[in-house]
Amino acid sequence: MRLTDFFKKKGTGSIAKDRLKLVLVSDRAGCSPEVMEQIKNDIIAVISKYIEIDLEGLDIKITQTESELHNGPVPALFANIPIKDMKASKK
Amino acid sequence: MGEVIVVTSGKGGVGKTTTTANVGTGLAMLDKKVVLIDTDIGLRNLDVVLGLENRIVYNLVDVIEGNCRIRNALIKDKRYPNLYLLPAAQTRDKNAVSPEQMKKLADELRDEFDYILMDCPAGIEQGFRNAIAGADKALVVTTPEVSAVRDADRIIGLLEANEIHETYLIVNRLRMDMVKRGDMMSSDDVTEILAIDLIGIVPDDENIVISANQGEPLVGSDSLAGRAYMNIARRLIGEEVPFLNLNERNSFFSKLFGRRK
Repeated sequence: MRLTDFFKKKGTGSIAKDRLKLVLVSDRAGCSPEVMEQIKNDIIAVISKYIEIDLEGLDIKITQTESELHNGPVPALFANIPIKDMKASKK
Repeated sequence: MGEVIVVTSGKGGVGKTTTTANVGTGLAMLDKKVVLIDTDIGLRNLDVVLGLENRIVYNLVDVIEGNCRIRNALIKDKRYPNLYLLPAAQTRDKNAVSPEQMKKLADELRDEFDYILMDCPAGIEQGFRNAIAGADKALVVTTPEVSAVRDADRIIGLLEANEIHETYLIVNRLRMDMVKRGDMMSSDDVTEILAIDLIGIVPDDENIVISANQGEPLVGSDSLAGRAYMNIARRLIGEEVPFLNLNERNSFFSKLFGRRK
């Protein structure tokens, strides 16, 4: 079994499991796409006061992370916000 | 004092009605007195799966509205003396019944029956709330697909919120050949994700279609699905039953071929 696993490509079963885990994290957090959109817009508004950010490359989502306090994974807000320019440094 | 069990799933078409019919019939075969209630008002199906569609006189809504007594609406299955069906109304909608009325009805049936199985409609609206209203336990049916498991997760959350804490998982339509080559989530994968107790694994079995065609539950037959359903019934009455070895599928079927009644 191990040996065949070694040669085999990742089956669609594990793709399904990974996708399911991700979708359930946001489902369980009770975070609707509308709320996510609002959070995203607010974050953009706040950060844009200080920094010029790349809106194209912006990625904000609910994901899962291992907590040091709890046992097991907990939901986390993940934000990847590419910076175009520091507004403050220009002054 | 009987036990009220709701069979639910969220997503449609994953096998709630088939599960209700087979687990219920299995319990009756184990000498338990069982009533199956089709709560899918407007889309009645349990009667045809059981082969009792020609014997309906009164239905669930008639009982709730007081047009007849409970005993007049119950259809006794002639093949299994302990098995009864309370069919859904076909010409009404879900709002004809309230959760409070369903709970009252279920409680009235507890005196006479060992098990009251509620076949829940798909969805999370009124029909779902009606079906779970009086339940002590829930059987959550899912298939090993992303959409079905996602809906099952939502249902488990809603059951918790409604104080139904005893929930058991049935993984339906598992295809071992696909699991083996990595193209289907295994029952372990699904159980791990949903994090509730597994009470049954039912393999995808063409005999289910054949039995539904005939209106005869296949529980107790020699088919893999038939044995899987009987095992679920046994586990419900508290027996410790090991899970089927589904890997024997091929040899089992070839042995069985020609031997089926």
